[in-house]
Amino acid sequence: MSQTTGSNKKKMSLEKRHNLTGWAFLTPATLMIAVMSFWPMIQAFFLSLQTGIGNKLSFAGLTNYIRMFQDKTFMQSLVNTFFYLIIQVPVMLILALMLASMLNNKDLRCKGIFRTAIFLPCATSLVSYAIIFRSLFGVDGFFNSVLIKMGILNTGYNFLNNATSAKIIIIVALVWRWTGYNMVFYLSGLQNIEYSVYEAAKIDGASPLQTFFKITVPLLKPTILLTAIMSTNGTLQLFDESMNLTKGGPAYATITMSHYIYEQTFKNVPKFGYAAAMSFLIFILVAILAFIQMKVGDKRD
Amino acid sequence: MTKTKIARIFMYIFLTITSLISVFPLYWMLISATNKSIDVSRGTMLPGAALLDNWKSLLASTDLGRAMFNSFKYSIVLTLCALVICSLAGYGFEIYHDKGKDTVMSILLLGMMVPFVATLVPLFRMFSAVHLLNTTAAFILPTISTPFLIMMFRQSARSFPHDIIEAARIDGLNEIQIFFRMFFPTMRSTYAAAMTITFMNAWNNYLWPKVIMQDADSITMPMLVANLTEGYVTDYGVLMLAVLLCSLPTVIIFFLLQKSFAEGITGAVK
Repeated sequence: MSQTTGSNKKKMSLEKRHNLTGWAFLTPATLMIAVMSFWPMIQAFFLSLQTGIGNKLSFAGLTNYIRMFQDKTFMQSLVNTFFYLIIQVPVMLILALMLASMLNNKDLRCKGIFRTAIFLPCATSLVSYAIIFRSLFGVDGFFNSVLIKMGILNTGYNFLNNATSAKIIIIVALVWRWTGYNMVFYLSGLQNIEYSVYEAAKIDGASPLQTFFKITVPLLKPTILLTAIMSTNGTLQLFDESMNLTKGGPAYATITMSHYIYEQTFKNVPKFGYAAAMSFLIFILVAILAFIQMKVGDKRD
Repeated sequence: MTKTKIARIFMYIFLTITSLISVFPLYWMLISATNKSIDVSRGTMLPGAALLDNWKSLLASTDLGRAMFNSFKYSIVLTLCALVICSLAGYGFEIYHDKGKDTVMSILLLGMMVPFVATLVPLFRMFSAVHLLNTTAAFILPTISTPFLIMMFRQSARSFPHDIIEAARIDGLNEIQIFFRMFFPTMRSTYAAAMTITFMNAWNNYLWPKVIMQDADSITMPMLVANLTEGYVTDYGVLMLAVLLCSLPTVIIFFLLQKSFAEGITGAVK
């Protein structure tokens, strides 16, 4: 009798100890996220209610938020960011999905070469690829020299000095850099789908297109949702490309929200309160879009 | 039959073109690094003989060694710390999971939605208040723990057999020993994938170092490359050599760990 209570007691304390061990394991990481992400977020909110220059701040209510919507350059950066988002994310994800389902084909030869080649852009740094694209499309860059050689142009055309072509170049660069990255996620997702499902569909006479829409897309839905949220989040925070590819120009025509916030924070007179208000808006936008995507992702079940 | 054949040919053409487009800018970077700026502007597509000259003028105009050393130092320290902290957490969340821990995990996942730029100003003020600007600590602390990495390790811990843990406990190993001696060696591919992602993100990080590294002695490779474009005249040969050197470490890591990277991601997506 006493022995059972003894072992019970021991078991209880062991369970408790394991429970505590679990908390000990996860505390450092949790604490760091709380201090480095959640706490600054709360501070950003309070900061956004203050105005002033540098560290001399005073409470100002919603002034910063009102000012934001009257700031033409900020509105321009908002429009630009959404323009990139609406065009680039769907194009990239569809392309990545197509490539992944092609590479998932068992009879395909040179699979490794294709996969490596398409993923390779992801290994270059954001600054590097922004500068490569800037140089490729520069006045004396590669594309101009080709166009001149072909007789299409007489002198170099400044692609980056035209609002439309500069925006298109940013989108092309983004698709180039990130398609392979998303493709890897899809390829991994596809590996969890039994290949026999595809063979059965083939026997039943399903066309490749039907297989793609009726099998691949529905089964990959969780992965598609994940990549859509990640890409939306990434695009809303776009910085390096705007900073290094177009430098935000011509005349703020291609500037992104993050780039504008950076300028307001660290250039000339630092406007911490105003910058915090703008960045809080990005947070709200990211949250709303992620929420919508999750809702849409659930509905199609 | 012919229809499928046409589809196959189309597929190969599509994949080949995509691969060429993917590789071309990198090929062009490589070629440009070996050519004089004037030849790059003329649209040369062949290797030149100016690599050594470009190297010399890059060394003369920038503190390349310092930037390389800094980038390696910051990225390696960050990667090691992040892997230990996040894998411990992911393991803890999964193996000892209960209601409380699951709730904490879902709160942490909300952190994925916090855009970095939104925390930029408070973080900058925080680090300058404690006089940590220009330090390795300032570089690593904001991204030392990410919800994404924790989630990745939590997912992979799900496939770690509980029998092994029970057996190890009977053998008298304590919980920390089980983690380091059992989980760590078994989950090599997850660690490889996590390492690739963390190192690449750390190496490529630009916005945060640009904000906190105000000393010329603390600059990173991406900052060095970006600084080269500040002037009015760009020497393409030198610039592309710098871009190449900045990309080389991440490309090498990617090639070395490519296989385990794919396996690790597969484990995490499951």
